[in-house]
Amino acid sequence: MNERARLLLSIADDELIVGWRDSEWTGIAPTLEEDVAFSSIAQNEIGHARALYELAAKELDSDPDALAFDRAPDEYLCAPLVELDLTDDWAKTIARRHLYELADELRIRALIASDDRELAGLAAKIDREEVYHRMHAQMWAARLRDEPRFRAAVDELWPYALGVVAPAQRAELARRVGLSDDSSLTVFGRGEHTPELAELWNEMTEVRRSVPGASW
Amino acid sequence: MIFEVFRRERKGQPFAHAGSIDAPDASFADAWAREQYGRRGESEALWLVPRDAVHQITEWADEFDLKYRRVDGYSIKERLRVARERAGTAPAVDR
Amino acid sequence: MDARTEAFVAYVQGGGQVEATDWLPEEYRQKLIKFIEMHGNSELMGVLPEREWILRAPTLQRKLALTAKVQDEVGHAQLIYRVAEDLGKPREQMLADLVSGKAKFHNVFHYPTKTWGDVGVIAWLVDAAAIISQKALLKCSYAPYARIMKKICWEESFHILHGRDVILAMMTGTDEQRELVQEALDRWWGPLMQFHGNPIPRDDDPMYVWRIKSQGNEEARQQFLEGYVPQVWELGLTVPDPKLRRGDDGVWQYSEPDWDELKSVVTGHGPRSQDRLAFRARFLEQEKWVRDYMLAA
Repeated sequence: MNERARLLLSIADDELIVGWRDSEWTGIAPTLEEDVAFSSIAQNEIGHARALYELAAKELDSDPDALAFDRAPDEYLCAPLVELDLTDDWAKTIARRHLYELADELRIRALIASDDRELAGLAAKIDREEVYHRMHAQMWAARLRDEPRFRAAVDELWPYALGVVAPAQRAELARRVGLSDDSSLTVFGRGEHTPELAELWNEMTEVRRSVPGASW
Repeated sequence: MIFEVFRRERKGQPFAHAGSIDAPDASFADAWAREQYGRRGESEALWLVPRDAVHQITEWADEFDLKYRRVDGYSIKERLRVARERAGTAPAVDR
Repeated sequence: MDARTEAFVAYVQGGGQVEATDWLPEEYRQKLIKFIEMHGNSELMGVLPEREWILRAPTLQRKLALTAKVQDEVGHAQLIYRVAEDLGKPREQMLADLVSGKAKFHNVFHYPTKTWGDVGVIAWLVDAAAIISQKALLKCSYAPYARIMKKICWEESFHILHGRDVILAMMTGTDEQRELVQEALDRWWGPLMQFHGNPIPRDDDPMYVWRIKSQGNEEARQQFLEGYVPQVWELGLTVPDPKLRRGDDGVWQYSEPDWDELKSVVTGHGPRSQDRLAFRARFLEQEKWVRDYMLAA
């Protein structure tokens, strides 16, 4: 697999899995109004994943659904942050949104500035939609700023957040989040999946695997 | 806080009341109203107004005959018939 | 009934509508709140069987569509609860009454979903049955409720099309997929026939007398059969009722639905009633701190 395909898949897999996790909140968010807004964010993430899989599909002679669902769990290139099951904790869910948006923003800015015109164009489109995700994350972070649960969640997820960005971007991410990136910290980076990914994958692909090759 | 939501569907149309949102402050009202009333591109613009800021008027004095300033205060049919007859421009016809 | 209330009844029966700031007879207000609350509860509980399938959707397109559909239902609950809140019942109270079993929700949301076939049947037929009732509510005597029904009906239009598309993909697919649809239909037919309620003559139905509902139960059921049985049959699917047929007079005949089952289910004895209410209660409890945070200035 060439570098470009790997890059596309790693971002697409992040967006697919975080979108899948965020879609788990549909129907059970803290308030109905928030439920509707949060579900839009989840849909946008899946939409971004789809657009990225479309580019990857051209490189890999495949199709977006096959890339999204027909690979084995250990073939996914997502960062562990997005795999975590946080449905028992809104503070952690919001902390992940907050950290993921900051990490993703660095990544998107780098893509917009890259020489890859096709990917830069898509990144710019994604960026314009992400404006609203960032507003939403900031709004919640501001409201929960003094809540110990939220602060603890951000601290707990920080080593995972560092794993979303390339090592060269970690210092910048630390600066933006206001936390440390000192080298004694264990970073949960790409390459080793949590056990949660396999469980998620089983559920995510259950219908698709029930009649292999079928059109749905 | 309850925020009343007004939406304008397309340019050229007036804002119409669309519903209400219960939100802790204006930034939450913004985040939530834009999805509840705009996720399908069905609104060109929204106004969010705290319910307390809306001043409602539902009663008027209606004591005297004010028909002189309304269309239903005028019935010109009979006079017009007489005037036409005089001018010889129309026969007296029962309409 | 006192003169003022009699005049009110005549007014609404003549097609008149009332607003939140108008005088409402107490019986009307109470019946209205109960009706609207049950509707809101139903949208909220209806989310639970469907959200499991968002997670298992077999393509990106279906995942997006199903998430959007379920999101709409949550949005409808928000619109509906707001109307009830403005009539005087706080949302916290409505949610507490829902999970305690004091308030009800529609029968169809008490049943399990077992396969992707259910996903199609629910979006195609259960939503269709609901839309028939919702379209009739466009003429509700209580104007704030009638107005939100416009938005609700407009949003529901894609749900049925999505449902039919899901069904058609399976009906033009493999034998296994076709079997999923038939099997789901066999399970859902009974609840669907009970959905519009027993055929009480509409003038005996207080909801109709007050013009909260603008059609009787049997009228709604006949509309459903007239619109959707042909759609079912044209795909080669069967309906598990040998008596189902359209009479020469245009009236559909069918086996008597199980009204005991309906009563038992809506009073919380359905196959999934208790565990869905427990699921709902769990998340309400888990996130109470968040709502408390929102209330703090």
